[in-house]
Amino acid sequence: MLPHAEMVHWAFAAGILLVGLCLLCEAIVGQEVWRMRPWRKYLWPGLAFGMGVLLWPVMAFFTNSSIHMYAHGSWAEVLMLAGGAELGLVHGRLKSRAWRLTWPLAFAVTGLAFIVHEQNPWFFARSAFLHHLLGWTFLLGALVPLALVWRPRSATLQACMALTIVAVSVMLFADRDVAAVFGHLSPLAGPAHR
Amino acid sequence: METPLVRDIPADAAARIPHARTVSLIGPVTVACGLIWGLLQPYRLTILHPRGQSFWWLLIEPPLLVAAAGIIFAVVVAKPLLADLEAHHAASR
Repeated sequence: MLPHAEMVHWAFAAGILLVGLCLLCEAIVGQEVWRMRPWRKYLWPGLAFGMGVLLWPVMAFFTNSSIHMYAHGSWAEVLMLAGGAELGLVHGRLKSRAWRLTWPLAFAVTGLAFIVHEQNPWFFARSAFLHHLLGWTFLLGALVPLALVWRPRSATLQACMALTIVAVSVMLFADRDVAAVFGHLSPLAGPAHR
Repeated sequence: METPLVRDIPADAAARIPHARTVSLIGPVTVACGLIWGLLQPYRLTILHPRGQSFWWLLIEPPLLVAAAGIIFAVVVAKPLLADLEAHHAASR
């Protein structure tokens, strides 16, 4: 008894929302205060890594085509890599700031996978629209973590990163398996529900 | 006779610290977003009409997920963070 794909998107949206809120708080209070309690510095990198792990069952159980399998698999890999690298950095095991390049890589791979695995045009249905929108958001948003590699203490960039992630969660919450987008729904998509 | 006087109410003290109010508002605003969404689209809340709904429809309800994320954030993250912010502010004075 598997949940609908939209439900998996909503569950991940909740996790992504938590990551975004944590990042926003870190941007507001600064790293010094954020890391005053040891567990807190592992919080959002751990959540990101955990979601990367959870993407593997999504890949296994929601594979309705090869391209979906590649997309979900690549997200799992890059999210685990970026979350793991961040865990290593905050723990002090990893020293080089080049490890932070894993975040723009994760954003770029995720964006490309979203755009490539969506076969339908923007206004085919809401899920198609959101796939395109999420893909371009991730691709353009990759510039923010890229800039953070060189300006890791910039509160503005950290806030931009947090808000990008919150925006991604809002888009995922807006996803429906079959629903209209701005009044457009292709007859090929099937009947809308809920 | 000596009467102990509370000179500084912790909540008020925290509110005076820069950014403390913003941090304390993030959780409640998120919860409010989930509740407003539930009011605008009550049909998204299958808990209001549970008869005949499957397990997943009852478990994963987007407005409740948003509200739950806000509550978890407020309790687990924001509350201890505000205490740390206050301690940091007091130490730097």
